[in-house]
Amino acid sequence: MKVLSGVYPHGEYEGDIVYDGEVKRFSGIAGSERDGIIIIHQELALVPLLSIAENIFLGNECARAGVIDWRETNRRAGELLARVGLQEKPETKVMHLGLGKQQLVEIAKALSKEVRLLILDEPTSSLNEKDSDALLALLKQFRERGISSILISHKLNEVSKVADSITILRDGMAVSTHDCAAGPVPEDRVIRDMVGRPLSDRYPPRDPRIGETVMEVRGWSVHHPIDRSRKVVDDVSLVLRKGEVLGIAGLMGAGRTELAMSLFGQSYGSGIVGEALIHGRKADLSTVPRAIAAGLAYVTEDRKSYGLVLDQTIRRNVPLANLGAIANNGVVDKHREGEVAEDYRRRINIKSPSIEQQTVNLSGGNQQKVVLAKWLFADSDILILDEPTRGIDVGAKFEIYTIIRDLAASGKSIIVISSEMPELLGITDRLYVMSKGRFVGELPSNEATQEKIMSLIVKSGG
Amino acid sequence: MDQTANREEIAHAQPQGRAGFLRTHMREYGILIALVAIMAFFQFATGGILLRPVNLTNLILQNSYIVIMAVGMLLVIVSGHIDLSVGSVLGFVGALAAVMIVQWDMNFVVAAILCLAVGAAIGAAQGFWIAYYRIPSFIVTLAGMLVFKGLTLWLLAGQSVGPFPQAFQRIASGFVPDFLGGTDINLFSLVIGVAVACLLVYLALRARRQEQKRGIESEPLTAFTIKNALIFAALAYMSWLMASFRGLPNVFIVMALLIAVYSFVANRTTVGRRIYATGGNEKAAKLSGIRTERLVFLTFANMGMLAALAGLVFAARLNTATPKAGLGFELDVIAAVFIGGASMSGGVGTIVGAVIGAFIMGVMNNGMSILGIGIDYQQVIKGLVLLAAVIFDVYNKNRS
Repeated sequence: MKVLSGVYPHGEYEGDIVYDGEVKRFSGIAGSERDGIIIIHQELALVPLLSIAENIFLGNECARAGVIDWRETNRRAGELLARVGLQEKPETKVMHLGLGKQQLVEIAKALSKEVRLLILDEPTSSLNEKDSDALLALLKQFRERGISSILISHKLNEVSKVADSITILRDGMAVSTHDCAAGPVPEDRVIRDMVGRPLSDRYPPRDPRIGETVMEVRGWSVHHPIDRSRKVVDDVSLVLRKGEVLGIAGLMGAGRTELAMSLFGQSYGSGIVGEALIHGRKADLSTVPRAIAAGLAYVTEDRKSYGLVLDQTIRRNVPLANLGAIANNGVVDKHREGEVAEDYRRRINIKSPSIEQQTVNLSGGNQQKVVLAKWLFADSDILILDEPTRGIDVGAKFEIYTIIRDLAASGKSIIVISSEMPELLGITDRLYVMSKGRFVGELPSNEATQEKIMSLIVKSGG
Repeated sequence: MDQTANREEIAHAQPQGRAGFLRTHMREYGILIALVAIMAFFQFATGGILLRPVNLTNLILQNSYIVIMAVGMLLVIVSGHIDLSVGSVLGFVGALAAVMIVQWDMNFVVAAILCLAVGAAIGAAQGFWIAYYRIPSFIVTLAGMLVFKGLTLWLLAGQSVGPFPQAFQRIASGFVPDFLGGTDINLFSLVIGVAVACLLVYLALRARRQEQKRGIESEPLTAFTIKNALIFAALAYMSWLMASFRGLPNVFIVMALLIAVYSFVANRTTVGRRIYATGGNEKAAKLSGIRTERLVFLTFANMGMLAALAGLVFAARLNTATPKAGLGFELDVIAAVFIGGASMSGGVGTIVGAVIGAFIMGVMNNGMSILGIGIDYQQVIKGLVLLAAVIFDVYNKNRS
């Protein structure tokens, strides 16, 4: 994709790009954009402090002799927003928009450039189901208007919903191409091509042995850190047992991450009330070090910003939450440190040439494994995993599921927060459904279905 | 996409043999090579004056306070902050020492300890706002710079205060006495110098052997030999040079101890690890249970104490406290740290790098002064060297 959009200029790759029947040689992004090829990256490239209109025309301003015509800018921005179905004023700052709406702004920006081929890299990875559907519907509309789209995604159901043809890439090679006009492509087939081996089951088989209650939370309420009158988590109570994998389902913004982070040393929120009991005794979770001492671990949904020190090596990242264990009187034992990191690299299969690799150079799945290794080494009894497989390919997901299963089997208790319902149903023992800051239902996972969960959310008015 | 990317990365990161090792460690060697090259150039250009015993001793005395502060500044910058107030704090503490010792006749040991405590308190006061109230360090220490410049003037009432008693002066201008009774040269100093050089080589050898035993990739034998031979030769030669003048300056011992202790703290202790992690990604560090606020607070308190120590050394060297002491020193210190390879965004940098950076600046100052180059050109050249060092850094980083 980077070749196609001109990020890697001509000369850095072999082969030809044939576009409109001609061989193209793009020397940069500007060249490919002139031909109407526009890429929207997984990580959005919007300036949060600028307005929607300013972002749409960034680098392409409606200006005469360098003086911007604001009326024209906002008028045209308004038209474009209408085309992508976004009901916001063009003057609204992007920082006030949710991720789904920001994605639409990116698409409006692409439309402003006379796009003919739109490339979307994982556009729905951070969107909830409703926004994803809207986005996919938009792509169908574009098809009618003669705009081609390339959708890069790990989510197979999305791909099969909209695609006319599917090409599967693995390790830099096109493995197979399927034509959807001939009939729906079976998902198993796609997965098999993606992983390179038949994946009989997407989730590892489990044999849960659930023991006594490990943690109990009662009447937990959290207020927004700035807007202190707003309750983000409202009177939540939960029970977690030994060896159990507990899921928390819900839509984006339901307060799941906020609940997790407020439990983990009050890392989020203000005016937190409620009590937490661990092994039957009241636990002090008021700071992160205390929460860790009480046996908690929190694996963040945003591993780049909150999970890793990206500039540092695997070796340095793994022991970070438990430095005391590799040190004598505050002096780090480098050999012990190396052994620990190497041990985890092997055990959970972090794919890198050595532990001296900087984590910034790892792929998403391997970064996630480093974060997991950090908390495994901290030897916490209770692990809260927030979106543990976001932005990770199918093969690595399976490995993460296996790690979760093995942890539970070894007697740890695990809370998994996820927006992918099939995943929650596949790997957890029991589920809480969260909506608008409240727990609106509790289900054993083998009885739960996506429909049941959604109906609980809808009934609660979420 | 992830899988494709992954494969590319692995291909990129494959150990590429000897050339690869040198290339990935270019930065560490580059700075050392630069210092040697600059020294060689001035040694040649000044017709051998640069490395004359008198001049070498002088060079170390002249730069001691910059080096002392660079050690503290490195930690501040690694933690993701900056301290602009160190020059003013240096001046203020020098003035305080003068007032206490010269005007109030206080015992100089007591006064020195008080001064260090005051320095630490100043650093702590600034660190408090930076760490716990999240006021940007640039602004807090800019304010500190103005405040302490003013307080220095007020303390000294606009006058120079001095001279200090002999015993106090010896901090900066004293030399290690010769316990071994050498006649022409200070034998004791020479022995210490060579002993330290031997110790360093021994430690390097031991570390290398352990690395190899555990099958960790270590630097190629030639590079290792050349590097350690150079370090040994440089140390032995320098201590011989200084021994043939008056011996090792007291300040040199203080400096060497500080470098050793702080290198150890930065590289080998949990506190050091936590400072690097905080600078690299504060949020991740915090969620790993690191008390980032307290660390930042402590690095600033430490910086204040080292600035106070530098203030004492500077006052003792000039034998007087002047209202202008420390003017602009913060810039030299910060430049030294960046020349030494630290990153503006935090998380990257080494103590040894910062010290070498300080000496690069010092050798250039000294060499250009001997050559009679005007202060105007000197500034321009120093500025360009700083820029070149950082460009080299960024270029290297992008390439790897």
